[in-house]
Amino acid sequence: MSRTAARLLGYGVLVGVALAAPAVLPDYRTQMSFLWLMIVFALTWDLLGGQMGYNSFGNVFFFGIGMYACAVIQRDAGLGYYTGLFVGAGAGGLLSLALAGVLGSGLLGLRGHYFAIATLGLGIAAGEFASGWDYIGAGSGMVTPLYPGEAGTREGFFYFLMFGLTVATFLVLRWLYSGRFGLAINAIRDDEDKAEAMGMHTTVYKTAAWCTSAFFLGISGAFAGNIIGFIDPRDVAFAGPTFGVWMVLMAILGGKGTLWGPVIGATVFHITQELFWTYLLGWQRVALGLLIVLIVVFFPVGILGYVRERWPELFGHRVDESTPQRGGSTSSAPAKEDA
Amino acid sequence: MDNLSILFDAPVLSVQLLLDGLLIGAIFALAAYGMALVWGVMNVINIAQGEFVMLGGYVAFFTYQAGVHPLLAVPAAAVLLYILGWLLYRTIIFRVVDRDLFISILATFGLSILLQQLANELFGADVRTVSGELGTTFLFDGMVTVAHIKLLTFALALILGGLLLMFLRRSRMGQAIRATAQNARAARIMGVDTDRVYAVTFGLNAAICGAAGALVAMTWFIHPYLGLPYTIRSFMIVIVAGLGNVIAVLGAGMGLGVAENFAGFVFGAEYQAAFVFALLVVILVWRRFSLARHRKYLK
Repeated sequence: MSRTAARLLGYGVLVGVALAAPAVLPDYRTQMSFLWLMIVFALTWDLLGGQMGYNSFGNVFFFGIGMYACAVIQRDAGLGYYTGLFVGAGAGGLLSLALAGVLGSGLLGLRGHYFAIATLGLGIAAGEFASGWDYIGAGSGMVTPLYPGEAGTREGFFYFLMFGLTVATFLVLRWLYSGRFGLAINAIRDDEDKAEAMGMHTTVYKTAAWCTSAFFLGISGAFAGNIIGFIDPRDVAFAGPTFGVWMVLMAILGGKGTLWGPVIGATVFHITQELFWTYLLGWQRVALGLLIVLIVVFFPVGILGYVRERWPELFGHRVDESTPQRGGSTSSAPAKEDA
Repeated sequence: MDNLSILFDAPVLSVQLLLDGLLIGAIFALAAYGMALVWGVMNVINIAQGEFVMLGGYVAFFTYQAGVHPLLAVPAAAVLLYILGWLLYRTIIFRVVDRDLFISILATFGLSILLQQLANELFGADVRTVSGELGTTFLFDGMVTVAHIKLLTFALALILGGLLLMFLRRSRMGQAIRATAQNARAARIMGVDTDRVYAVTFGLNAAICGAAGALVAMTWFIHPYLGLPYTIRSFMIVIVAGLGNVIAVLGAGMGLGVAENFAGFVFGAEYQAAFVFALLVVILVWRRFSLARHRKYLK
């Protein structure tokens, strides 16, 4: 079996499992929709944090923007449910994209930790503004419209919606990383000054990367708002201490700067969280803080990073060959025969 | 914007806002100086700064509950937080000192969530305060009130800052700290135990923040979630004032206090936190564009 065939088979199995999952485990459809959401979070964070070296603490900003934009359109535009939802999601994505473009011109000129802290401020400021603004319900939040379909079909509908979004995000990022764009943002991560000296328009690439990330986050926010059904400015939309931190944590746990790392990290994190956190009775956030410290201090390479260091041959890395493939582009079930 | 016209109609109100801002600003400056110390010496940006302030406030609250005069709580908070800071360095921070700045930011961010949630679980989410009733002075026919406790905390903040400066200038350890800040490697070659210097620096920072927190508990109120705004304020003050300049830190702290008070009055108190965080973004972006004209960037 050739490498391509093995990879296609791997993808096929994964997609098959994902499609069959809601039928096999109908009680867990909402949790699984959240799993897809977490994967989108980790993937879009890693586009900046892992591949471009711009560690953002405020990506949740775009999630919240998309969520509110969609809810406002559903409330005020007077469209039908499905039209409203999709128009709202599209508008949420585009508004996030536009804001990323505008903010990016200012914020992406900041390097390293200044960028990290500026985005942290951005996310929290947005939450505080949203909880004071009456048009979007201020502190009491917004309620999304009821799903019109039959009882019991809502979870399935949103499961496939989130699944589709995740696949789209994954494929777009995979396509971006495989070409010139991927090389460019990796160059920015490795040495931005040199990249600029080589004649690269770093600002254009940085803004484009942030816009991509924001677009998918905006759409995911629009869907997530409808799954949750209630939008609280601080705890759901601009939830810096939960979603905002999870993004970073999942990407690092899985392996920064790889394509599959964030997917693996998000899956491991979400499953662990769903399995164990209900037993912690209010101590979850204490555990989260501890978990961040432990992962960052003791395991900053992440799962995939560790595997790559331990068994480089799985990733097609060979010592005597030049231009090895970029680590993450193999699937989680990589072909071994030609390694 | 109705409140803006109130300010113009009754200018004496702005005297009140100005005074309150200046008095609270000294406490901001104290926490910011701690951040500048850790940043300059250890090259670590401590996101858990505000949590030290919060914990110091709780120490003051509990000593006050135990019937001790709140003024004695200031040294108590400083000592306890020094121990906490030292322990945190010995367990966690020493592992991230030499690493990438992002690692230390994220680690201290995790620490901040940990401390904040621990305080929430252990002490409850209620808003607490230490009432140090000392009387009030009325100025301008009672239009402007100055609580004596605010004057006292202002003076204490200045005294603490002065003591810290004396320590850094005069003592052997202070000299070692400043030497490490200038060049850690050279200091190590000259026989300075930089690991110990880092531990003391981090402990000192926690102690300063703890003392500042005790002062906050006396003049304002405390709750488990007030940490992050203090971290952001400290960061802002440090960016504006630079790492080594004490007078500039004090000036920036008081300026921030005044700006925040006016913003809270004009836009409404519910936007005051939003103002702090938005101001951070604005200041950073402004600095970035002003530096970009010389083809430089914030480092």
